Amino acid sequence: MAVKALSEYNFPAADTQDKFHGNQLLYVGWDDHLMFCAPFAYCLPPSTPFSELVEKHLPHSFGPHPDWAKVDVARIVWLKSGKPFVPDFNKTLAEQGLRHKDVLRMQTPGLNGNGTCS
Amino acid sequence: MDMKANKKKLGLKEKYAHMTRGLDWETTYQPMDKVFPQATFEGIKIHDWEKWEDPFRLTMDAYWKYQAEKERKLYAVLDAFAQNNGHLGITDARYLNAVKLFLTGISPLEYVAHRGFAAAGRNFPGVGPRVACLMQSIDEIRHAQTQIHALSNYNKFYEGFHAGAAHQIERIWYLSVPKSFFDDAFSAGPFEWMIAIGFSFEYVLTNLLFVPFMSGAAYNGDMATVTFGFSAQSDEARHMTLGLECIKFMLEQDPDNLPIVQKWIDKWAWRGIRVLTLVGMMMDYMLPKRVMSWKEAWEIYFEQNGGALFNDLAKYGIKVPDCITQCTVDKEHISHQAWCTFYQYAHASAFHTWLPNAEEMDWLSAKYPNTFDKYYRPRYEQWREMADKGERFYNNTLPMLCQVCQIPMVFTEPDDPTKICYRESDYQGEKYHTCSDGCKHIFDDEPEKYIQAWLPVHQIYMGNCWPEGTDPTAEGFDPMAKVLEWYHIENGKDNLDYEGSGDQANFAAWRGAATQNT
Repeated sequence: MAVKALSEYNFPAADTQDKFHGNQLLYVGWDDHLMFCAPFAYCLPPSTPFSELVEKHLPHSFGPHPDWAKVDVARIVWLKSGKPFVPDFNKTLAEQGLRHKDVLRMQTPGLNGNGTCS
Repeated sequence: MDMKANKKKLGLKEKYAHMTRGLDWETTYQPMDKVFPQATFEGIKIHDWEKWEDPFRLTMDAYWKYQAEKERKLYAVLDAFAQNNGHLGITDARYLNAVKLFLTGISPLEYVAHRGFAAAGRNFPGVGPRVACLMQSIDEIRHAQTQIHALSNYNKFYEGFHAGAAHQIERIWYLSVPKSFFDDAFSAGPFEWMIAIGFSFEYVLTNLLFVPFMSGAAYNGDMATVTFGFSAQSDEARHMTLGLECIKFMLEQDPDNLPIVQKWIDKWAWRGIRVLTLVGMMMDYMLPKRVMSWKEAWEIYFEQNGGALFNDLAKYGIKVPDCITQCTVDKEHISHQAWCTFYQYAHASAFHTWLPNAEEMDWLSAKYPNTFDKYYRPRYEQWREMADKGERFYNNTLPMLCQVCQIPMVFTEPDDPTKICYRESDYQGEKYHTCSDGCKHIFDDEPEKYIQAWLPVHQIYMGNCWPEGTDPTAEGFDPMAKVLEWYHIENGKDNLDYEGSGDQANFAAWRGAATQNT
């Protein structure tokens, strides 16, 4: 349903990709690790290789968790918008069709904060 | 010559009629619908404004008299509090972090409420609600002022009060939560404003905000806050009545108003409840001497009192909002989820945080037997272990936010407290993420509105949250340091742990000086 307004109501979205200086937003959450209170927001060039995301950016964020050292990145189960997603580590974000404000979830079977999901 | 004197004084009812009715006029060179352009566009149909009943029948002269008396008492107490070093009588300086959150997050809302009610008073064609909105508008600016005055005394002694009520609300990430709530309401029409603020905020939720918080202040020896709380309380009673009267008036005027009013009640109940997450956290974690748990407050003030209210409104066809099912689950989780969030982002917050100690954790276990030990105690124990090793956990990456409530996506699935709740919508080729079915529903109903949201995390990434003249290409540029500067948070003073803070050291030294010879 549309906004009821006094006159035509049509304003631009605040967070379109053109406002991020050549970058795009990508959200990544790690299931069963609620020590990190929310998924992370990254602001990266679309030309970022997926391998760089996994080898550089994610360890920086998730590294403080004792489970991270045990993660075998090749075996991470990925979800994109809640649906199965198989990334190609050699391709860039753009090449694998990851669009601005897409959300990825990582599942690491067997690793769940010692059964507490913390 | 005998003059026949008229009756000396008018009765209250007559006086009210003389001072509030027949003061306006019918326009001649502009049609009335142009004078009151906001009266109809929301779809609410009003046939007879004279049917508006003002249960208080307060006139302006009486209003000034009552308020002046209250002000005199309030400022006498504040003076006494300041002169007697009342700040040393609080339980613990940790408590003041709740006050900082109140001053930066709630007091600015009083000011926006002042503006909003002034606008609503201007835009209603009926004189009854105009007068009531006028008085509420003046109340709200008084509340903002008295809160700022009452709390300014703490600014002489403690960190985190210096940017006060005006500056940070526009900038700090967690303050965008209450700010966006009021922006959302103020940018709607006058009738929706009345449901959002007059009804949901003032009637359904205000007890959850004021009563536990003011009791918390009393329990923790904060007479300054208690006094402004009492001063505001009699106004709140009037505000609640106005909110309820407005809703009944709309429902009685035309049956077509029911679905619109119901939609707004559903929306604003959820919006308000999300904002109250911050209050839940204050009650469960930030009061050294606790009054009751958030869950208990929710059960008394929402489930019982609110239940009675909705029973009363059932005769008009109003139903209890659907989101209440979710709230029944959430009441056992949200305060913990919020405190975990602030603990890990304490470097970016304008107050201190801490880990609950053993006694506090036992209290939480007792108050939350279904959830605390299972889901939250292990997290705190892990953080305690890390902190003891010198690796105090600070989250180093910005969180994903909900497009509607603007809270980081910390809330869990209604049926699984171990899984973050992800919801998303597509609108005009762009993705939008929300934290819950409640927020998604609100987004999907008016996407044109929420796509404009000023989301702090995105704004930081756009480079909009640094002081003017910042050069992000300069060598050694530290974006987060610049964001803190722009927030007016003094790094190392206003933020981080309470343990080891200036507030902690000063409070101990000053109180020591009052009770010991060394």
